[in-house]
Amino acid sequence: MIIFVFDGSFNGLLSAVFEFYERKPKTVKLVWQKYHQPALLDESTLVYTDDTKAERVWKGLEKKLSKQGLEMFYKAYLSEQPEVLQKLFDFARYIFDNPKGAEHNFGNPYVLAIANATRKVDREKHRMKAFIRFQKTADNVYYAPIEPDFNVLPLIATFFKERYADQHWVIYDIKREYGLYYNLKTVTQINYEFIAGINTSKIKLPEEVIDETELLSSTLWKDYFKSTNIPERKNTKLHLQHVPKRYWKYLNEKEGEN
Amino acid sequence: MFDRIREKLSILADAAKYDVSCSSSGGNRKNTNKGIGNSSNGICHTYTEDGRCVSLLKILLTNHCIYDCAFCVSRKSNDVKRAAFTVQEVVELTMNFYRRNYIEGLFLSSGIFKNADFTMERLVRIVKKLRTEERFNGYIHLKTIPGASEELLKEAGLYADRMSINLEMPTETGLKLLAPDKSHEDVKKPLGYIQNTITQYKNEKKTGIIKSTPKFVPAGQSTQMVIGATPETDMEIMYSAATYYKNFSLKRVYYSGYIPISHDNRMPAIGSQPPLLRENRLYQTDWLMRFYGYDVRELLNPNNPHLDTDIDPKLSWALRNMEHFPVDINKADYNLILRIPGIGVTSAKKIVQARKFGRLRSYQLQKLGIAYNRAKHFIKCADSPYSLNEPDPLIIKNQILAESNSKYLKIAQNQLSLF
Repeated sequence: MIIFVFDGSFNGLLSAVFEFYERKPKTVKLVWQKYHQPALLDESTLVYTDDTKAERVWKGLEKKLSKQGLEMFYKAYLSEQPEVLQKLFDFARYIFDNPKGAEHNFGNPYVLAIANATRKVDREKHRMKAFIRFQKTADNVYYAPIEPDFNVLPLIATFFKERYADQHWVIYDIKREYGLYYNLKTVTQINYEFIAGINTSKIKLPEEVIDETELLSSTLWKDYFKSTNIPERKNTKLHLQHVPKRYWKYLNEKEGEN
Repeated sequence: MFDRIREKLSILADAAKYDVSCSSSGGNRKNTNKGIGNSSNGICHTYTEDGRCVSLLKILLTNHCIYDCAFCVSRKSNDVKRAAFTVQEVVELTMNFYRRNYIEGLFLSSGIFKNADFTMERLVRIVKKLRTEERFNGYIHLKTIPGASEELLKEAGLYADRMSINLEMPTETGLKLLAPDKSHEDVKKPLGYIQNTITQYKNEKKTGIIKSTPKFVPAGQSTQMVIGATPETDMEIMYSAATYYKNFSLKRVYYSGYIPISHDNRMPAIGSQPPLLRENRLYQTDWLMRFYGYDVRELLNPNNPHLDTDIDPKLSWALRNMEHFPVDINKADYNLILRIPGIGVTSAKKIVQARKFGRLRSYQLQKLGIAYNRAKHFIKCADSPYSLNEPDPLIIKNQILAESNSKYLKIAQNQLSLF
């Protein structure tokens, strides 16, 4: 067995697939550099991320996979899970070594693993569409900090752009330290400097930067959340299943409950 | 000012919460005019502590009402605080919530004040303002007020995504018992009118004579009935639902377990438990009718007028019809695979795709995301052992129950059956 150490990037993953077909080793373990712990007897090699090689692999996948298949591949990658990256590597090989349409073989462990990872990423994507709460700032920008389990910001940019086409907004991923900014025309990726004035360890913006309507709107929403509940039907288990506790700190209606 | 609007919202949201629909799906409004919002697949932005989805700002315009329906919290004779929003207040609330991504849109209902047309006209004014002045393309669910004129309904339908009108009670007899002033005929008329208008707009679109046909109630109509306030059987309830689905092409029928809100001796007393399990079983039946291809008469009939409480209706049907099982996973038609307890729509589709690549074995099925412990009694895979004995439905039922840990099961299942 040989260990391929790569940088964790999407092109790095594709470069690793390229490397495999060039060298044809027997079995490969794919390891993300940041998790790699060299051991004495392991044979390991560093895979350099090469955009040209990556593009050739992607072109190859485009020939073999349906549009949904390609989408699955990219989405599963965004899960950032080490074991999923290994499965993506194996999946790519399975797709290259088999006739077209193989991505529908759910009896195959790699296909199933990618389908399951995609489902998890999709669920997180959907949750972000639901759980993002904008706060309106005094300079008319709607700001939402968030910490998704997976790196789903690239998957929700278009959704928010289309929906909130007439307002400036920022969605910031605190964990991954980057965000999206929409300026009424395009969505651009921003880094920490863009919101440097904001303390991201606190979810709620300080009073001096929020719009005058913010406090009332947020209060009314919290009131509404209470009034629409039917106490006779209380079902905490179901509530927690739909709104897992780790998201509560971003939801103003759950303020003070965690 | 601050306090007044807070009080109004709490009164009018509280009064609206018994309308259980919160769906925001089925619309397809796009944000083409660089305005705000769109509607597509439906998003639940949060869930109440009772586990219900919150997708829309669900409020009444007012809880003043000229009617005195015994099951309704806003009935004339009930001693509750009354309030009414202005048109502008509803518009602002909706926009302020929507822009912050709290909601998918507005669900607007109302008590009847003065008369039907007066009320409907106000409702229309709000949705018109949202669509035209605010350029709001989010989801709007609007109540049809029984007795409102067709002109008003037609105008409403041009702005709303979904319209609904509640049957209230599953049968005419039940309704007459609690709301003598109302009848199902008053519901059928507007349902029929809107249904016909939807078809009319669709046909115009098909012929293509007019270049851009406006949208008319694109997410269709729905209705709701209260369960457990009156003595209907599950069969009566679901037959009624099936008839309305068929006759009025409804998108949804909602079943709302009655929550006692009055000391009226015709209905369950205050403090008695709402029939949540029964409500759940009715929804399961509804799903089986709409997505699994079951005819309501297979699930409920004079021999089985009530749904089982200990097991779900799909499992009930399977146990009553063991001659269809075991189903061969590798050969059976998709529709038959859908009928296997423990296999849902997604896994059934996966199975049909996966078996093209080779006969499926049980270890593969177990990983596909089906409830294998339930399904195993009803299937045959490539490696299933040959069985000589006819399976006994009672034994299967007890095995499944012994393994399940439903919150509804309070009695130990390992007791011997006497019969």
